[in-house]
Amino acid sequence: MSPAKWNIILKIHRQKQGEAPHFEEFPMQVDPDEYVLDAVERVWAFMDRSLCFRHACHHSTCGACGMRVNDVEKLTCITPIREVTRDGATLKVEPLRNFPVVSDLAVDMGTFYSRMETVGARAVLPVSEAEIENPPTTWDADESQYIRLADCIECGLCISACPAAATSTEYLGPAVLAGAQDQGLKRNLKLLELVDSEDGLWRCHSAFECTAVCPSFVDPARRIMDLRMQVIEERFKRLFRKP
Amino acid sequence: MEKQRNHPSPLKFWLWFNPIGRQAGGWAYILHRITALGLTFYLYLHLIVLGLLAKGPDGYDQFLVLAHSPLFVFGELLVVAAGILHGLNGMRIALTTLGVSVTRQKQLFFGLMAIAAIAILVFGIRMFTV
Repeated sequence: MSPAKWNIILKIHRQKQGEAPHFEEFPMQVDPDEYVLDAVERVWAFMDRSLCFRHACHHSTCGACGMRVNDVEKLTCITPIREVTRDGATLKVEPLRNFPVVSDLAVDMGTFYSRMETVGARAVLPVSEAEIENPPTTWDADESQYIRLADCIECGLCISACPAAATSTEYLGPAVLAGAQDQGLKRNLKLLELVDSEDGLWRCHSAFECTAVCPSFVDPARRIMDLRMQVIEERFKRLFRKP
Repeated sequence: MEKQRNHPSPLKFWLWFNPIGRQAGGWAYILHRITALGLTFYLYLHLIVLGLLAKGPDGYDQFLVLAHSPLFVFGELLVVAAGILHGLNGMRIALTTLGVSVTRQKQLFFGLMAIAAIAILVFGIRMFTV
């Protein structure tokens, strides 16, 4: 821990019902080893009680505090201020993209959660079922044991970072497709029509931004690529299957 | 109505080209979109030029004079560059879709772009010197 304090300007996106979106600046002194969420909370606690934002656990388990920090999606409870700005600089905090803004930094995640349920992805697994999954055929068994969808905290950073998600409200998005991959077409063939569609996995254009911002190392892009292989395999089989 | 401001929309297609905060895969995505649009634009331009043939030999000869100007040759080089960049980046997408180099897509992208840079340079030298 460094004892030296930094003077920064927290530039926060503000938008209440009926208001146009705008930024408000809050100069403050911070310990650079504090987290971005600590600075946002300080604004709420000492400067403006009307600031609205989502947070809960403060240790990257709940996935509530996902925001855009200096134009990059971050889980603010585990993002040290030192990593995203410098002494005397501005730190811009915005809500996630591709989700409707409810107020200030809080976004409506309802549709996203519903879609996760549609593909059978469960937010919480019993310990007995949270075993290391069977590695997909295209993955190296040694490395895949550390990449579990059970680690997904449904923070929505991947949806926000995905450029394809910016232009389609119906696109399932990286986390949902990753959930479908985790289920697997072998286990749940009903997912085939859902994912093999215009707004399913073929709308992904391989930008890999989802994997780049994922705070839980779930690697959604890799799962989408694996799901594509599953779909191709299933469609190929059906070509030779008797009706 | 405020909820719509941050909502996905086809009208926000310009966000595809926003490079701020993007990483290697995002840069590849932007490059792929720009080159695709460029090649589509060229296709229509090409059809218009071919249409000059219908105007007889004189009209086409006039176009050939224009086609040898340095500015036109530079335009052709841009078409060649777009084709190379789009083709090689397309290979990255096809390979990763088939499960090849998924965890090394960044290195794959930079490697293919290095090949593209060399190829564009070779084409450029030949087009302006031969």
